Amino acid sequence: MSDAPAITVSCRVNGTPAELHGHPMDRLLDVLRLELRLTGSKEGCGEGECGACSIMIDGQLVNSCLVPLLHAQGTSITTIEGVAEGDRLHAVQEAFIAHGGAQCGICTPGMVLAAITLLERTPEPSLDDIRTALAGNLCRCTGYTRIFEAVLQACRSMPRSGA
Amino acid sequence: MLLGQSIPRREGRAKVTGRAQYVDDFVLPGMLFGATVRSAAPRGLIKRIEFEPDIPWSDFVVVTAADVPGVNRVALIVDDQPCLAADRINHPEEPVVLLAHPDRHLLEEARRHVRIDIDPEPAVFTMDDALEGRAIVWGQDNIFKNYLVTRGDVDAAMEFADLIVEGEYETGAQEQLYIEPNGMVATASPTGGVTVWGSMQCPYYIHKALKALFALPGDKVRVVQMETGGGFGGKEEYPSIIACHAALLAWKSGRPVKLVYDRAEDMVATTKRHPSRTRHRTAVTREGRLVAMDVDFVIDGGAYCTLSPVVLSRGTIHSAGPYVCPNVRLHGRAVATNAPPHGAFRGFGAPQSLFALERHMDRVAAAVGLTPDELRRRNFIRAGDTSAVGQVMRDPIDMGALLDRALGISDYHAKRARFDEINPSLRVRKGIGLATFMHGAGFTGSGEDHLASVVAVEATADGRVRVLSSNTEIGQGTNTIFAQIAAETLDIAIDAIEIAQPDTSIVPDSGPTVASRTCMVVGKLVESAARGLRTELEKVGLGDGTAGPDAFRRACADYAVRFGHLRAIARYAAPPGLRWDDETYQGDAYGTYAWAVYVAEVSVDTTTWETRVDDFVAVQEVGKVINPVLATGQIEGGVAQAIGWALYERVVWREGRMANGEMTNYIMPTSLDVPPIRVFFEEQPYAFGPSGAKGIGELPMDGPAPAILNAVAHATGADPRAIPMLPEALMALLETPRV
Repeated sequence: MSDAPAITVSCRVNGTPAELHGHPMDRLLDVLRLELRLTGSKEGCGEGECGACSIMIDGQLVNSCLVPLLHAQGTSITTIEGVAEGDRLHAVQEAFIAHGGAQCGICTPGMVLAAITLLERTPEPSLDDIRTALAGNLCRCTGYTRIFEAVLQACRSMPRSGA
Repeated sequence: MLLGQSIPRREGRAKVTGRAQYVDDFVLPGMLFGATVRSAAPRGLIKRIEFEPDIPWSDFVVVTAADVPGVNRVALIVDDQPCLAADRINHPEEPVVLLAHPDRHLLEEARRHVRIDIDPEPAVFTMDDALEGRAIVWGQDNIFKNYLVTRGDVDAAMEFADLIVEGEYETGAQEQLYIEPNGMVATASPTGGVTVWGSMQCPYYIHKALKALFALPGDKVRVVQMETGGGFGGKEEYPSIIACHAALLAWKSGRPVKLVYDRAEDMVATTKRHPSRTRHRTAVTREGRLVAMDVDFVIDGGAYCTLSPVVLSRGTIHSAGPYVCPNVRLHGRAVATNAPPHGAFRGFGAPQSLFALERHMDRVAAAVGLTPDELRRRNFIRAGDTSAVGQVMRDPIDMGALLDRALGISDYHAKRARFDEINPSLRVRKGIGLATFMHGAGFTGSGEDHLASVVAVEATADGRVRVLSSNTEIGQGTNTIFAQIAAETLDIAIDAIEIAQPDTSIVPDSGPTVASRTCMVVGKLVESAARGLRTELEKVGLGDGTAGPDAFRRACADYAVRFGHLRAIARYAAPPGLRWDDETYQGDAYGTYAWAVYVAEVSVDTTTWETRVDDFVAVQEVGKVINPVLATGQIEGGVAQAIGWALYERVVWREGRMANGEMTNYIMPTSLDVPPIRVFFEEQPYAFGPSGAKGIGELPMDGPAPAILNAVAHATGADPRAIPMLPEALMALLETPRV
């Protein structure tokens, strides 16, 4: 790893232009956490199973522990820190608080991003849609039931386009 | 009225925005990273530790047992576990050498270049080998603890019994799989003492361990809990070891050290649920009355004693279930094997022994010719009855009502009949099963007396109140329910309450965050201390106790001017009349119990032998429900963990080492695997819990596994007696091998 030359990657992170530094194969998760101090993305397993490190790259939900830094070049990245607008939480975040979607909180950033990704594509998801969309994000606390409830409630409270 | 309201989780905003600070998010200037070098062999003598060439070892901080300033033991119950192995190894993955370096990649490279040469010795890997003494690996006989609880005359009752039903049941190890791996950050120096920040359930356990390891007085050791990403018992005792390791590296290097496990290390090295084997021999009348229960309960403790005696005690006491029986013999043993120590995990022995009992009760019902519910109903313990361990049940208990409600909601009898009718023509067969059970809240027996927990509540001049306890928020809702209890007691707004971060330099020891005790026992102390604050104000003529938030604020301001700091403490006092004999193991095992009836509906695919839980009904009596959303979340989460334990989560052992220590091949339930979990509460207030609340956290781990296996038995006609019941296990029971 240390024999590859260091690179600089230009991208947008949470709407702001950013330059990230490191070796091409450094995990994007580490660069975001260590260089930008965006520690909301968590390492739960480091092998793409748990989804605690989920971020959005160009609108796609990905496990940032599996993304090499090099792949971030020219992309637009959203982490959990970019979801709320100032003090105004996203409807999914509000619903997670109100309906018990977060317990220990370690899976929550990834879970919230997975739910938002779903709702952007499927504004009125069925319970099965929700189960499928969240299947890459593991939660050991909730049994998922409150999370399903939070996502259902969030889509009810979100403004519809064209409404 | 704040109690009974679903007040939103207090730290919810920090958690949904990613701002909550967990240990791996915490950075100190000049911080090094730590790593642990572990044994590959299960048992033997350490011949030599070789630091292989090609690594610039002088750049590394290297710690071995020789660097321990105090006593090289992890102080807990029996001090048999070294912090770092010095001369011998007793299990795979035992820590031997610690390394620290500023670069994580080089650190990992170096870790692979420390070779620990071990002269192997005979080891044991199964409970049977341990009991037979194939090799003696702990004490005189491989037995950490032995309990024998007797009541009546079991042998005489068996002799004249109408019917005797026997059975043997097994449960496997279960990996914790909290999504945040364990970790600690430490600073340490001979002058400044030791401070650790980390993921934990029990700050004062760590405090105790660090004091002994460094031979430091208590005021030179500080333990601070960071946001903790799940615990379930897995962060009860093991974090003491990680804190000791991080602190040793910091002590030697003079720099802060972060020691955070990756998933693989956390899975293979830290504690799991104890595997168990239970034998039942039950005498019953033709009418289905229990006459005698003979229970032999064995758990595998792994290589060191750690908490096994306490896990065994709870498991043994719960092994007779929510039934009344005149003749009982409960024999419990915790044995040593050369695996990493098994430890606390939600339910703490009770899920294991209740799995055996509740699967067995279905078989007893079949032998008698009664339905599973009817056999249980005829034997439920009631108020005034005496339990297997001699506890006279004083509080109202109505298991019959819980059973009726669960049968009704799940449509149990109609479904049972319908499934019996349709199953012969189905490839995917349907089954429905139940379990009836209880869980004792708080420490067992005299445990709470020994803990003597203390909580403090203080108020500032502007009427803000701070609750100080060592009980941790690990996702279960401590912050929120403590704030609800304090605000309710003081009749002030919940926003005026602050819950202090558990930091041993400021919070008193209110005991560990375990045993479903936080709400019931410590919550009661929060209530008492808050009341003490009011009493103090009244005593000096500053409040009449009914005056509301504004008057409280004025009273606090006046008090500050006239008397200074306003603070009240509450110390645990046992409810009157509780008695417990540690010698005979008889008496009031728990102050109270939560009671439950769970029903599982399953589908079993007779081609793949996969089992799916289609519906789950959880009816329980838990005293006053302080926060319905949080309480419901506890039940749902516990049920899901228990579904995993019953059907998916198999630890593959190779000579004492977990061979599938990855999330790719150790499978826990995902969002696609959980059924609708329908949760219903009955509230029978407990006089000594805050506003009548009882413990709740562990209860939901006890019932699902037997309910599910009873449903599988119903669906297939098989007699599964071991979990995890993976498809291949069910196939082995039902398919004759084809030649």
